[in-house]
Amino acid sequence: MSGKTTNNEVREFVCICCPIGCKLKAERDGNTVRVQGNTCKRGEKYAIDELTAPKRTVTTTVRIDGGELPCVPVKTKDPIPKDKIFAALYIIKHTKLDAPVAIGDIAVSNVCGTGVDVVVTRACAAKNVRKE
Amino acid sequence: METIEKKIVIIGGGPAGLAAAVAAYDAGERDIAVLERDGYGGGILNQCIHNGFGLHTFNAELTGPEYAARYLELMRARNIRIDYDTMVLSVSGDRTVTAAGPRGMVRYDAGAVILACGCRERPRGAINIAGTRPSGVFSAGTAQRMINVDGQRIGSRVFILGSGDIGLIMARRMTFEGASVAGVAELMPYSSGLSRNIAQCLDDFGIPLMLSTTVIEIRGRDRISSVVVANVDENKRPIKSTAREIECDTLLLSVGLLPENELAMGAGVSLSRVTGGAVVNDAFMTDVDGVFMCGNCLHVHDLVDYVSKESAACGRAAAEYVKAKAPCNTDKSDFVTIKTSGGVRYCVPQNITRSGGGSITLRMRVDNVYRKARLVVCADGAAIINRPRPIMTPGEMETLELDDKASTAVRKAEKVEVRLETEGVK
Repeated sequence: MSGKTTNNEVREFVCICCPIGCKLKAERDGNTVRVQGNTCKRGEKYAIDELTAPKRTVTTTVRIDGGELPCVPVKTKDPIPKDKIFAALYIIKHTKLDAPVAIGDIAVSNVCGTGVDVVVTRACAAKNVRKE
Repeated sequence: METIEKKIVIIGGGPAGLAAAVAAYDAGERDIAVLERDGYGGGILNQCIHNGFGLHTFNAELTGPEYAARYLELMRARNIRIDYDTMVLSVSGDRTVTAAGPRGMVRYDAGAVILACGCRERPRGAINIAGTRPSGVFSAGTAQRMINVDGQRIGSRVFILGSGDIGLIMARRMTFEGASVAGVAELMPYSSGLSRNIAQCLDDFGIPLMLSTTVIEIRGRDRISSVVVANVDENKRPIKSTAREIECDTLLLSVGLLPENELAMGAGVSLSRVTGGAVVNDAFMTDVDGVFMCGNCLHVHDLVDYVSKESAACGRAAAEYVKAKAPCNTDKSDFVTIKTSGGVRYCVPQNITRSGGGSITLRMRVDNVYRKARLVVCADGAAIINRPRPIMTPGEMETLELDDKASTAVRKAEKVEVRLETEGVK
């Protein structure tokens, strides 16, 4: 887990939304979470999610048959719950696509019941159909 | 040999070359060729399958291949030519580019040349680790390409030396591929990677980051079987009593990137000892007339968005140059050289033309971790920029955008200095 728990209601961690890496401090006060240290709204949302339901975008590759490439990169279209990462990776590992594919094509829909699709992030032409 | 005349020849079809080409086109230059040695464009982005690219450039969170695809789309929309599978063999001082490609040897006579060749990894041989020479020792970027592009499996128990961003990203990637990562050792007392990568690539998976630690020996006969690591003292010398053995079948080296500038040297371009890239002016021109440089071969960046921005400025300047000769970097009376001190390792561009126009962007790195510091630009002793920086690290490039007033002051000054003012080093 990222960050250290200083007590039950205050946590500090590094925001992963962008390369700035703001140092966030989130305080839970009953049902409200107060966030400090963020420089944008996404940081606030990240801190609240991190306290309540941490999520990550997962990127990996998936095998492809008959393509110019042996595999194509994929990502979860939105972040998925952190505790589903390895279950999702298992599903993706046992998936095989058929060339051609385009960016945004769905490789796995609704992965692990998260409601999030795994989508292709690089186009792959069928073999022997060379560009230009 | 076939000879092709081109107004602008760009060497490298990675993020720098593509951004320079698009910007040169948009500045009115139509006669452009991009030479790419690989069979596809986008360069290093194709193996960077993780997300986090494009927040500045496209206001979207993209993966590397998606970022590359956006630029390739911009290229297609403008019908800018990319010569694939084309390896540039030499560039001469009079802007003759010789390349080998699908049509054999080709000579390009260029009005301007933009070197956008990127960088390569520092290899094992450059860091002198003792021990045997087994297989299973990879530079981190090579491993990244083998896994993400070539679809290979490279090992199951991994140790990583160097906590630069590629090392951190690969720690997570290997974990996702089913390998266990025993740890990441870093010689320095701080990581040179982005702090968010330490959070999401190491902390998330409980991978230990061992600061002030290095690998002192590689063991194994055919395949690597273990590494010996040790803590280092303040002079970076290993402390023998702390040596311990860690079993692994794979060692990844993420120990720095070096600008790839053999072509530049062949053209007679003077390189900076600090950056490894050319000494350029604010139009990104080297000290060889009409030869420009941008991206990771100019200085190693941490964010592709910064590469795109810098390279676009370079592309515009090259388009300007071929239209009406831009200020030349070789005329010593026409520029002021920026001095750096007080913890600022370098500043790019190094030279600012007096006769040039427009606002200036300075990019720099510091030599240590500084807290509560201020970045100060002095023109003839007067501070014209004084910006607070709560924290600065060597791993994160700093950018100072000078407004028109400050830019004019810099162009007129006899002496310009960029320095760090700090209350304490930590």
